[in-house]
Amino acid sequence: MQEKVKDAPSSQFKWVGTRAVRPDGVDKVTGRARFGADLAMPGQLVGKVLRSPHPHARIRAIDVSAAANLPGVKAVVTRDDFKDQPSEFIPAGEMMINYRDVVRNVMAREKALYEGHPIAAVAATSTSIAKQALKLIKVDYEVLPHVIDVVDAMQPGAPLLHEDMITAGVEPAPKTPSNVAKRVEFGHGDVAAGFAQAEIIVERAFTTKPVHQGYIEPHACVASVSEDGQADVWVTTQGHWIVRAHCARLLGWDVGKVRVTAAEIGGGFGGKTVVYLEPLALALSKKARRPVKMVMTREEVFRASGPTSGAHVHVKIGARKDGRIVAGEAELKYQAGAFAGSPVQPGAMCAFAPYDLENVKVVGYDVVTNRPKVAAYRAPGGPISEFAVESVIDEIARKLGMDPIALRLKNAAKQGTRAAYGPKFGPIGFVETLEAAKAHAHWRTPLQKNQGRGVASGFWFNIGGETSVSLQLNEDGTLSLTAGTPDIGGLRASLCMMAAEELGVDLDRIRVQIGDTGQLGYNFLTGGSRATFSSGMATVEAAREVIKEACKRAAKLWELPEDAVEYMSGGVRPAGANAGKHAPMTLSDIAGIAGKTGGPIAGYARINAHGAAPSFATHIADVEIDPETGKATVVRYTAIQDAGRAIHPSYVEGQYQGGVAQGIGWALNEEYIYGPDGRLQNPGFLDYRVPVASDLPMIDTVIVEVPNPRHPYGVRGVGETPIVPPMAAIANALADATGVRFTDLPMSPPKVLAALDEARAAGTAKM
Amino acid sequence: MRYEAPNTLDQAVALLAAELGEARVLAGGTDLLVQMRTDVIDPVLLVDIKGIAETRQIREEAGGFRIGAAVTGAELKEYPRLGSVWPGVVEAANLIGSTQIQGRATMGGNLCNGSPAADSVPALIAAGARASIVGPQGRRDVAVEDVMLAPRKLSLAKGEIVASFLLPAKPPRTGDAYLRFIPRTEMDIAVVGCGICLTLDARGACTAARVSLGAVAERPLLVAEAARVLTGNEALPVLLQKLDAAARAACRPIDDKRGTKDYRIKVAGVLARRAAQIAYQRARES
Repeated sequence: MQEKVKDAPSSQFKWVGTRAVRPDGVDKVTGRARFGADLAMPGQLVGKVLRSPHPHARIRAIDVSAAANLPGVKAVVTRDDFKDQPSEFIPAGEMMINYRDVVRNVMAREKALYEGHPIAAVAATSTSIAKQALKLIKVDYEVLPHVIDVVDAMQPGAPLLHEDMITAGVEPAPKTPSNVAKRVEFGHGDVAAGFAQAEIIVERAFTTKPVHQGYIEPHACVASVSEDGQADVWVTTQGHWIVRAHCARLLGWDVGKVRVTAAEIGGGFGGKTVVYLEPLALALSKKARRPVKMVMTREEVFRASGPTSGAHVHVKIGARKDGRIVAGEAELKYQAGAFAGSPVQPGAMCAFAPYDLENVKVVGYDVVTNRPKVAAYRAPGGPISEFAVESVIDEIARKLGMDPIALRLKNAAKQGTRAAYGPKFGPIGFVETLEAAKAHAHWRTPLQKNQGRGVASGFWFNIGGETSVSLQLNEDGTLSLTAGTPDIGGLRASLCMMAAEELGVDLDRIRVQIGDTGQLGYNFLTGGSRATFSSGMATVEAAREVIKEACKRAAKLWELPEDAVEYMSGGVRPAGANAGKHAPMTLSDIAGIAGKTGGPIAGYARINAHGAAPSFATHIADVEIDPETGKATVVRYTAIQDAGRAIHPSYVEGQYQGGVAQGIGWALNEEYIYGPDGRLQNPGFLDYRVPVASDLPMIDTVIVEVPNPRHPYGVRGVGETPIVPPMAAIANALADATGVRFTDLPMSPPKVLAALDEARAAGTAKM
Repeated sequence: MRYEAPNTLDQAVALLAAELGEARVLAGGTDLLVQMRTDVIDPVLLVDIKGIAETRQIREEAGGFRIGAAVTGAELKEYPRLGSVWPGVVEAANLIGSTQIQGRATMGGNLCNGSPAADSVPALIAAGARASIVGPQGRRDVAVEDVMLAPRKLSLAKGEIVASFLLPAKPPRTGDAYLRFIPRTEMDIAVVGCGICLTLDARGACTAARVSLGAVAERPLLVAEAARVLTGNEALPVLLQKLDAAARAACRPIDDKRGTKDYRIKVAGVLARRAAQIAYQRARES
């Protein structure tokens, strides 16, 4: 569906652009909202997972007999309960999946590939019995050498995770297996020729650590399989149709036999787009013939659910003295965890996306290591490559003595620019974010002692995809709206507002819910910042169907042709030559006569939403450094981003702020710490340091609106781009304050102090 | 697992002494329960001491304060005068955890958890606090610096309980302070902690000092050399530089997930200087 944008200013809308009360708010603040672990069923069992203590081991044998015979244990499952799957990569939103690997990730088969890899699962009548049963399972491991670091994993002779892995994307195909799953390349022009024109070239190597999405709610589900094979799952997820598809495939069941209901979600950020517990809970429930509830501990979340990649990135950029970039080149090595499928491809596509470059080349490698398989995390892949590129661009600006915003403006992608990853951009708002940054008071405010200021920009594609929405007109004129993309960032409020706007009714006339997989056609998951865009587009279409039907019913009643009835301000009236012939009827009036004029009225939209448009951002960070301890504190932050159009500005601002908060954690303290034994040492929020509220400044936001012409209200996705710029903005601020370029994340106090001391010894430190 | 909540120290001691398996004392539980939940420990007996009067009271004694081992951080903060007499101790105890944790966490638990990074312990050591320990052989008083020996290892005999602490009468012109370094602003474990208490003469020169460092060795340290340099005759900036050096020299830290050896040593010197400056200020104002 392609619509013309309503290009009137937002104030001309009654609902769109307002800060309406959120429909999910009361339930959340009163504790009524039911999250993944809140559902309890009669006769429910507790499911627990036995996990590998080894980062890499061949599983010779698993003996579950003692566990199965323990009183209170009702079912045990292992690899033997899941059929093997053929190897084939299929797109799953922003990531690719391969069922051969998915079946091995939910339950180890030949080998345990990371500490925490599931080996067996039990269902028992209590948690303590389930835990006792796990201790009774005997696993015969042949412990193998492991590899944790991405560069080590690429070395010849590194321990091989998959003995048959031949690097894809290399011609001719390598003859020997390695841990490199895939090579990708993007770009255009001739970088060598570009660098030959350069008057300044900056080349740097960067490393980033895997970071976890850090959702507060751990993975949780309840599964119930009846004797006749009807299966139900209640789960915290970003996509219940995806859960249904994966579970049906892994268990060999008909899709229609599995119904999945998405619980209220306590954070996802991409990490709840995959299955971990659900297939196990279903398999256990089928065996036990009782409902099975499984909830991960925080430790399990860290040891066994996907963070995003850690990476090694090399960037080289050449420019003329006037700041025009003549060539950009990057090499990305992303670790995927135990199975292929890091976000190196989107990372490679994003790296130079904000810039209009004639010569650009990005090569990426997808590398397996003995860590949990990575999952999508907010703009998967983008923050890593863009951190490196935005750091080098800042360094070029400093070396040229140019304002970093001016340098970006000189090279900024605009409508018609051919993106480094191929396509030409439509209308985009990158320049507008840079102009807004330049005009912002923050950019001009003097810094205090030991402070530095950094600026960085960011890009994310955003996606559309399969979407279904139903909108029922109830008999009293109220409306029931059912969408299928779980609400992780304000979807329900935004959908109601767009429906109310279309229908010309008050917001409180519409009640919205997220339907289960039996209630709507297929919905792709909430990811790629697609939910407000896609479900919004479908909602508008459904609302227009209701309007069309309302006109039809009035026409029937008034005995007029359908096109002689128009819909205005929440009701119908005779139009044109017939104007005034009949008194206008409200939508409630129409609802009241629905039965007599043809039956219930509803709109139902099932679309593949096309026309998603990228969102660009520019962030400004002020950082203060304690020169004696190396501790960096973000003291002021401004996030400026193109939203296309902000349906509910508070939610959009919340997305900007949330992305920045996570980016500050990524920049300063978050990291997975592994010992030489390949075991994770910090599987908890005490030592995996996400920022706490007092670590953050007030994060100021500016919403730039360059409407997306392919959405009825101009929506772009906004959820992911905000996590892209913070790492570079903070690194650039640190460089400003200290004179030291930081290239390794996180920029934690010990690293900052060591680098400062080194620079002081060399006489290059600014403090 | 058995849970007991006796009302007297004698009963508690008897329960602990009689148990052959792993027995643990439960005060606030902010460490113990977490360790049980994460399968670090699996005790067969928990003896909750919060029903025992002495462990839950603060009272003034011998010009100082007797503080029950199970008094919470929030209660310390609210007790009149305690925070103005021994601000370093109260601030240190109040650094532990969140507001919610403050409603449960205790100094007795903080000490007996046996972590070298416990925040309240260097502050208690600097203040010259003594632990009153009750066991099958009766009651004994021990300097706080002598309670912990190594990580998870205390000098308590089987059946012994830390019942209370005595913070001594504070001499005139005396101030204490505690600072810790964490990568965040709160909700974290000290990478380095430093408690200092010092006494000035009428001219403002330091005549006595106690300096304690946390998280830089297998146990919280009382650093005699650091205290000695503070009582020297040099100008304050010189004294502080010497203190910095003495604090660094006393460190014997490890590299771990919370910090490197080098980093801990450097920061110990920085915190010693900064804590000393606060303690000086407080001593002058007291």
